[in-house]
Amino acid sequence: MTISQRPTPPSYEVPKAIRFGSLAVGFFALVVFPLVFNNPTISTIGVYAMIFLMAVTGWNIFSGYTGYIALGHAVFFGIGQYATAMLASYWKIPPGWETFLLIPVSMILAGVAAIPIGLIILRVRKHTFIVLTIALMFIFQLFAYNLRSWTGGSQGLEVAQPSWDGSIFNLPYYYVGLLLAMIAIGSSFVIRRSKFGLSLLAIRDDEDRARSLGINTRKSKLTAFVISAIFLGAAGCMYAMFVGSVYPQFSFDPAFDLELSIMAFAGGLGTILGPSLGALIISGAQQYFLISFGGANVFLIVYGTLFILILRFLPGGVVPAIAEKWRSHVVRKEQRILDAELQGPAKAGASK
Amino acid sequence: MLVLQAIIEGVLVGGFYALMAAGLTLVFGVMDIVNFAIGALIVLGAYLSYTVCQHLHVDPFVSLIITTPLMTGLGMVIYIFLIKPIKSNKVVMSLLTMFAVATLIEGILDICYNSGYVQIHASYINNSLRIGKLNFPLIYVLSFLLSSFLLGCLYLVTYRTKFGRSLRAAMQNPVAARLVGIDTDRVSMFTLGIGIGLAAIGGMIFGTTNAFNASSSYDIISRLLVIVILGGFGSVGGALVAAIFMLVIQDVVAVVWSPVWGSTAFYMILMIVLLVRPQGLFGKKGVRAQ
Amino acid sequence: MTLLAVEGIVKNYGGIQALRGCTMNFQEGAINGLIGPNGSGKTTLFNVMTGYETPDSGTVTFKGKNITNSTPDEVFAAGIGRTFQLTRIFPRLTVIENVHIAAQRKGLVAQIRQWSEPEERARAIESLDFVGLTKLSREPAGSLSYGQQKLLEFAFIMVAQPKVMLLDEPAGGVNPTLLKHLGGRIKELNKTGVTFIIVEHDMEFVMGICDQVSVMHQGSALLEGKPDIVRNDPAVLEAYLGTDMTEAN
Repeated sequence: MTISQRPTPPSYEVPKAIRFGSLAVGFFALVVFPLVFNNPTISTIGVYAMIFLMAVTGWNIFSGYTGYIALGHAVFFGIGQYATAMLASYWKIPPGWETFLLIPVSMILAGVAAIPIGLIILRVRKHTFIVLTIALMFIFQLFAYNLRSWTGGSQGLEVAQPSWDGSIFNLPYYYVGLLLAMIAIGSSFVIRRSKFGLSLLAIRDDEDRARSLGINTRKSKLTAFVISAIFLGAAGCMYAMFVGSVYPQFSFDPAFDLELSIMAFAGGLGTILGPSLGALIISGAQQYFLISFGGANVFLIVYGTLFILILRFLPGGVVPAIAEKWRSHVVRKEQRILDAELQGPAKAGASK
Repeated sequence: MLVLQAIIEGVLVGGFYALMAAGLTLVFGVMDIVNFAIGALIVLGAYLSYTVCQHLHVDPFVSLIITTPLMTGLGMVIYIFLIKPIKSNKVVMSLLTMFAVATLIEGILDICYNSGYVQIHASYINNSLRIGKLNFPLIYVLSFLLSSFLLGCLYLVTYRTKFGRSLRAAMQNPVAARLVGIDTDRVSMFTLGIGIGLAAIGGMIFGTTNAFNASSSYDIISRLLVIVILGGFGSVGGALVAAIFMLVIQDVVAVVWSPVWGSTAFYMILMIVLLVRPQGLFGKKGVRAQ
Repeated sequence: MTLLAVEGIVKNYGGIQALRGCTMNFQEGAINGLIGPNGSGKTTLFNVMTGYETPDSGTVTFKGKNITNSTPDEVFAAGIGRTFQLTRIFPRLTVIENVHIAAQRKGLVAQIRQWSEPEERARAIESLDFVGLTKLSREPAGSLSYGQQKLLEFAFIMVAQPKVMLLDEPAGGVNPTLLKHLGGRIKELNKTGVTFIIVEHDMEFVMGICDQVSVMHQGSALLEGKPDIVRNDPAVLEAYLGTDMTEAN
């Protein structure tokens, strides 16, 4: 059948088979990862990767979909950490499996905190918003330092660590982390396909226009904000449990948000899986750097440069770039077929 | 008495912040970009002055002869390679880019100078000026004078020169400015250059009045951002008022309660003001996201 | 019967008086034209009527109800849709997604469901068919030509079945064929009971399609009436061309 006889135009999207296939392979790889590489150092990298995975996906639900880049979301990460540390000691939770019950608690707390915060800071324009989120984070950092009787000030707080055997210590954290990350990705997927998700994307493209078409932008933004905060709270809780100690400068850390932004941008801001991809690759690389070189300052240089390059040359991210490559591949194939068809009859005519 | 001293010191220090905030808000007004890197650039300026003073044994004010042109050039380079190419969503993308630049600078400074605190020294640093019962470090007074002088120059340039006219035109309506033959790219490049050159001077001032290291940039940038938001993005007058206001409050609270709460008060005021007036004290009301 | 009315609207921007005591009535079921020289305040009036600006004084009434201080989404919910001089569509979303934004059912639970459900999809495609953009439904809206974007705007306002459609310079930058097409759509939609208020500079278009024309000059209403009467009125000519030209006539 020639092109002219085909009933529908070809699809420019990557075929479902390839998409599902690669997702399945990826998921399987993540599940067996710590079992295959059972070196604790490597599985530690895995745990951090899971924490970042859920954090970035949550962050993307707000910043990626609405276009309001929140550079202070570390606030909720920190709230998750401190809530975990404070409640673990206040409720005298024994180290071990019971601590994991604090995860839903942290999530709820972070979500609840996000409501008044969101109500205040979502009233401003995008650039003021970005700056405000940063200011907000510094406020929380100051509170963490100053409210010593609650937060332990610069001494920080401790979370008692379970006394599991070293070789399998990381596994529970990894798998719980993986579960949470899957929940985050699943939520992101559901939201993206829903009316709510469409409203968020409309807000990203033209907020006033979205309003004029009946979308309650305040409610939508706030909802996305709270949902993303919930996942960051979960990440904070996991982090506190895994690392065992909570300090102001690492809970409310501007570098954390920088990392989140890079991961999301590199992978593809606003896509479902892009941020996850970015998280896996970059947190893996980050841990590798830490182990090989140590010292925070090398990071800053690497991150800074990396981010500048991404913003300058690939601001859309990897996933959209792949989609674009596929699309042009399909278009070129079509073009070749079309050219061949057009030349065919002409050649036949010429040879007569 | 202590309160009066705090107020006046707040004004003196506020001068520095006012100058920096003015640069920041000017850059935003002309180019629609938030120069998030200014904190790191000020620290860079401080380190540069420090190094020059250490090696050439000159007065900090003299070091400016080297550092200022250097950083002005840096500003123009940053504009050409990083800001000008941005095509869409300029405000957000430039903010993120400058955020990355700030991180990069901080990393480099941390490696070059390690994390020990340093301060720029001059023979008269510890001298005080006595007025009645009040004591003021001489360096604060000199810095304030320098800041005021520069703000005055800024005013003159903006309102009395041809360049200033182009600048104001570009601020009000870039498209119209282009149509009448103003090269908005060049105006932007010089504006950013000026903004960062001012950061060199600010760096010297900051470096002589504070002990600093690479991570001091966070304190600076967070304060400056609060001031600019409070004053309203794009309003130089607003930045001035906000800077003095905030610094005075911070110093008074620090004296009356404790230094720690002084810093906290800084941010709390921001939150309170924003509850009432999301566009800041003097910001342009208008298209605001709701 | 008057559907939408403004009374005594005053709007100042700094030193500039954009609207000074503007009073107008727009008839229900009619295609109303709104013309006037540049700077007469037409787009400002639209902004005030649709909640994008609040007037310094004066009222806007819709079906008898005062909607002066309503927000754009309230205005839309009340049944007034509006296009913009420079098209405002959602460039990164596809054409069909653009149309779905206005087609959505409201309600908390509905929000979680898929963005394209059969009933809404049918309405969206109907709108796209009406303007002739169905073939492009899966293209990103940003890649459409200017004229196509105008049609898209028209389509997604239409989908919400508004009572009134405010069109701000629909003919601007559009080629004659497309313009005829658009004019035809407007007339057809009008037959189903939709009221139109069209701001335009293209006199032929306005006179050819409108039942009623209102003329603005320097921020207030100059004249309202049938197209033929308005086009020949000396005051209108003077407003557009200035006194010298009319005297030369």
